[in-house]
Amino acid sequence: MLPETVAPRKLTPIKAMNEALAEEMRRDEDVVLFGEDIGAYGGVWALSKGLQKEFGPLRVFDTPLSEGAIVGTCTGAAMAGLRPVIEIMYVDFTTCAMDPLMNQAAKIRFMSGGAFCLPMTILAPCGAGTSEAAQHSQSLEAWFLSAPGFKVVMPSTVYDCKGLLKTAIRDNNPVLYLWHKALYDLEEEVPPGEWTIPLGQAAVRREGRDVTVVAYSLMAHRALEAAERLRGEISVEVIDPRTLRPFDLDTILASLGKTGRLLVVHESPTCCGAGAEIVRQVTDRGFDLLKQAPKVLGGRDLPIPFAKSLENAVVPQVVDIVAALRALISGGRVDG
Amino acid sequence: MRFSCEELKEMYGTMVLIREFELSTIEVFAQRMRAGDFPGALHSSEGQEAIAVGVMSRLRPDDYVFSTYRGHGHAIAKGIPLERVTAEVHGRATGASRGFGGSMHLFWKPLNFMGGNGIVGGGLPLALGTAYAAVKRGTDQVTAVFFGDGAASQGAFHESLNMAALKRWPVVYVCENNLYAATTHVSGNCPLEDIADRAAAYGIPGVTADGNDLLAVADAAGAAVARARAGQGPTLIEFKTYRHRAHCMVIPEHRPNQERTAWRERDPIQRLAAMLLSEGLADQAQLDEIRRRARERLEQALEFMRQSPLPQPADIEEVLYAP
Ligand SMILES: Cc1ncc(C[n+]2csc(CCOP(=O)(O)OP(=O)(O)O)c2C)c(N)n1
Ligand SMILES: [Mg+2]
Repeated sequence: MLPETVAPRKLTPIKAMNEALAEEMRRDEDVVLFGEDIGAYGGVWALSKGLQKEFGPLRVFDTPLSEGAIVGTCTGAAMAGLRPVIEIMYVDFTTCAMDPLMNQAAKIRFMSGGAFCLPMTILAPCGAGTSEAAQHSQSLEAWFLSAPGFKVVMPSTVYDCKGLLKTAIRDNNPVLYLWHKALYDLEEEVPPGEWTIPLGQAAVRREGRDVTVVAYSLMAHRALEAAERLRGEISVEVIDPRTLRPFDLDTILASLGKTGRLLVVHESPTCCGAGAEIVRQVTDRGFDLLKQAPKVLGGRDLPIPFAKSLENAVVPQVVDIVAALRALISGGRVDG
Repeated sequence: MRFSCEELKEMYGTMVLIREFELSTIEVFAQRMRAGDFPGALHSSEGQEAIAVGVMSRLRPDDYVFSTYRGHGHAIAKGIPLERVTAEVHGRATGASRGFGGSMHLFWKPLNFMGGNGIVGGGLPLALGTAYAAVKRGTDQVTAVFFGDGAASQGAFHESLNMAALKRWPVVYVCENNLYAATTHVSGNCPLEDIADRAAAYGIPGVTADGNDLLAVADAAGAAVARARAGQGPTLIEFKTYRHRAHCMVIPEHRPNQERTAWRERDPIQRLAAMLLSEGLADQAQLDEIRRRARERLEQALEFMRQSPLPQPADIEEVLYAP
């Protein structure tokens, strides 16, 4: 039997992120955590379970229901040299804090000519698939990508949830860390102990020869499932960028050198989505690698509806990815 | 607390320096506009100098200050080197924000000057963070946040007061009620006679004071700062004041002449001068000498600015993210 310290164990994303928070708070006295219901209760997602007990109410505390004040406090505290982490209960609620986010946190370093740095992390669950309708199901990464000054992290695996969160906390810039609610119950085996993952390093989740699929967050899982269903028919390479800013274009270009075909999959609306930007970057630097036009399979340009049957029609499903890949390979149309 | 004669004269000197700075800046901007250039937005604090100087007189260098787009006076009173303020306002590489911010975004980290803000009320939630940082670290630093009568209509104002009151964080809310938000009279922004009355909703002290009387400002600020430093929580101070100029250079004057004249007569610098003279703390020759020295300081700063290079776009990308 392996000694306990080296034994792999199974974790959920929440448990992995909770470990990351606890480890970083032990490591650095400046790391503090606050948000709605995150103190004694441990957060509606249980992300901060046990942390107030271990680190005390000065470092882990509840705020009033006031997203503008939460993000404002976070931004000011970062300017003062702390390393705050906040939880916004749903990424949809960042809309109530758009000024502190977009005009303040993203820009203060720049406006000050680089005098200030803002080491802060905003944790928020995102995504559809939980029948919570239009105001509790968005992803919104495209908004934050459109604001230079943010970094944007969207993990898909339990291993990444922990390693990327630790790196996000240590980063000296505002980081939006968006984890997907539909991955809540995911259980994966991870190594014991601590690890970090650099921001801006994509992971090749599956190797293939015919086509490259770039998919992050929940869609990375669906892309892998689609690739598996197409085994023997189409050889699919799946790349998970893991962070959208910084963005690892090189890994994608290397893959396209092999496959020459690109499909980007994401669940947020297709219009002005991350997919459009990824395709732009690929065509700027890798046009000659492409055998045919790159495609984006994004969410439909609709709010997320409530009923499961409707919800599934708006966000790409495995069958949609399979169909898109078949269409791409046969040179046909991909309906986004 | 009473000030010594020397302290009073020094504060008078800072108020005069701010006034001269505002006058010169308008002059330089007007010249550039006549030359067909648009040098950017400029919001003069002329007439509100007593608030900047009176509040800063009660703060320590390590206390945090959040300012506004009408913040030249706050910056000078906090002690940002005049050369750096001047160079920033005129877009030079030697500016306080290296030319990235301009008049609305003066930052100076060594003195915890946490920036002007182009968003009305934008500094209010940020002030919570520096106040919390002080509490977390067990220092007794205070955070002062300046804002206008218009800003008190923003949700950010209410969110900030609520949270600071709830947590008893050391914030001093400094509302400079100059009666107008752009062209809107305060009666179009607030149904109350006094904005300070809103403090009651958060269970914190709300006080009004004459913002054109340096000593009244210093007294009100002193009490609020002492309260915050002692861990007793935030205070909302409303200073009644008036800006001598229109909202900014591109919005024409629209306020009644009679009102403007009446407030000219309550000019904070003239009132302080009159007090210094009547109490025998200074004579006219000394006051003239203070003004002459202020102009000399300003001329040096302008010369520094003229000698300074324009910021170069080469490293503009590097500023965005911290290593
Ligand atoms: C959020 C926001 N809304 C509107 C403006 C445009 N604007 C700039 S200053 C101003 C008036 C603000 O008045 P007040 O808060 O009383 O401050 P004052 O200008 O009198 O110092 C307006 C409407 C802005 N910059 N930000
Ligand atoms: Mg006003």
